[in-house]
Amino acid sequence: MVFLAEAGKFTGLFGQILLWTFKKPSEGKNIFEQMVLIGNKSLGVVTITSLSTGMILALQTGTAIERKISGAANMLGGIVSLALTRELAPVLIGLVMAGKIGSAIAAEIGTMNVTEQVDALKTMATNPVKYLGVPRFISAIFMLPLLTIYADLLGTLGGLFISLNIFDGTTTGYFDSLNMYMRLDDVFKGLFKTIFFGAIIAVVGCQKGFETEGGAEGVGKSTTSSVVISSMLILVTDYILTAFLW
Amino acid sequence: MIKLSNITKSFGAQQVINGLSLEIPDKKTVVIIGRSGCGKSVLLKHMIGLLKPDAGSIFIKDRDIAKLNSKELDEARRHFGMLFQGAALFDSLTVAENVGFALERFTKKSPVEIRNIVKEKLALVGLENVEEKKPAELSGGMKKRVGLARAIAMDPEIILYDEPTTGLDPIMSDTINELIVSLQQKLKITSVVVTHDMKSAYHIGDKIAMMYDGKIIEEGTPAEIQNTNNATVRQFISGSSKGPIQVLG
Repeated sequence: MVFLAEAGKFTGLFGQILLWTFKKPSEGKNIFEQMVLIGNKSLGVVTITSLSTGMILALQTGTAIERKISGAANMLGGIVSLALTRELAPVLIGLVMAGKIGSAIAAEIGTMNVTEQVDALKTMATNPVKYLGVPRFISAIFMLPLLTIYADLLGTLGGLFISLNIFDGTTTGYFDSLNMYMRLDDVFKGLFKTIFFGAIIAVVGCQKGFETEGGAEGVGKSTTSSVVISSMLILVTDYILTAFLW
Repeated sequence: MIKLSNITKSFGAQQVINGLSLEIPDKKTVVIIGRSGCGKSVLLKHMIGLLKPDAGSIFIKDRDIAKLNSKELDEARRHFGMLFQGAALFDSLTVAENVGFALERFTKKSPVEIRNIVKEKLALVGLENVEEKKPAELSGGMKKRVGLARAIAMDPEIILYDEPTTGLDPIMSDTINELIVSLQQKLKITSVVVTHDMKSAYHIGDKIAMMYDGKIIEEGTPAEIQNTNNATVRQFISGSSKGPIQVLG
């Protein structure tokens, strides 16, 4: 029952966000600010996540393959890029952003709620879902795919670094392998998943923020549950989408 | 005129407002007094449609606020200004953006015109050169004054004040009281003030109404309230712990 009630709230807010997206006045300035916050200001964390993931992936698979087959470096480009673009980059960026952005959304809106700022918006004839929810939603569904493209590239380069320095591979060999195994639709399908992840992060963060009550303790609870719920939803959605897409 | 008739409101099992009726005349300041937690702020939130009553009506300009749909409510709210207890300034915006918020969203005024109006409203509340500051950089009194400037930015016909002097030092409280009186005189607006600060109530009110047990139990001019025979009101205005109002715990 609790699950159904929560699902109902998220679906309701999602519907309201879609409805308010197309109503005037435009939230252009607000959307731009959120895009900077979600995109630009997340580059550091995405860089570390993707680079280290690409490097670890190359190191682990390279070492394992070398046990049986010599010249593992020539296969690493395909393995690393496939794993990254189809699965690791979308999901890891989704989870990292659930922690970074989902928590920030829940905390900010939650604090606004308990300090009557959300009420103040209403008294000034401004719908809080439109003013706070729509910009975060639009920014998240646009910026997550962009951040994932960045993560795909950086992770692949991280794999190349390991291939060259640990397994004595060559740049040409690495990219030949990448070309041989990877198709463009692997990248697109991975990016398609992140649109859903962005929507989950924004909707869950906003809903948890809007239902916050009880001061600082309430803000803390909302923030934590926002991260937990959106992370779980990202993993479940990832399986469902993967099963349908491939 | 604002006319509240037989309002009731419960949160779960707790009945906060219980058949309350009150009339607030145009261009006058009515102060609603009562103990902390007696439902004064809840009542104020009903007047601006933030809460809907379980029963009863709230007529403002011959329209029942409680029965308006969200679009009509937004339209009605443009005639209101509200000063919240903690000012409720938007943390992420500057003072100028806070004060000019509604102007930017709902008028076709140019940025220069908005800047001039913001400056003028800030001057009305005795502030200057604070436009670029963030709320976190302001003192409690300054926040209330910025909140007041934001409340009057759209030249509202009605201003609702939720505990305007709570948490301020006596000098700043008096400054805010003076501001409420001078705004009332200059702008000829209808004001509803919720407070438990009796000094403030006597200073700013044309009429004072005492809320107790979910109802208005006494209303009158400040002089009438000061000379009332109602034992409950007398206990409250004299700030005594002994009397019909039971202090629990």
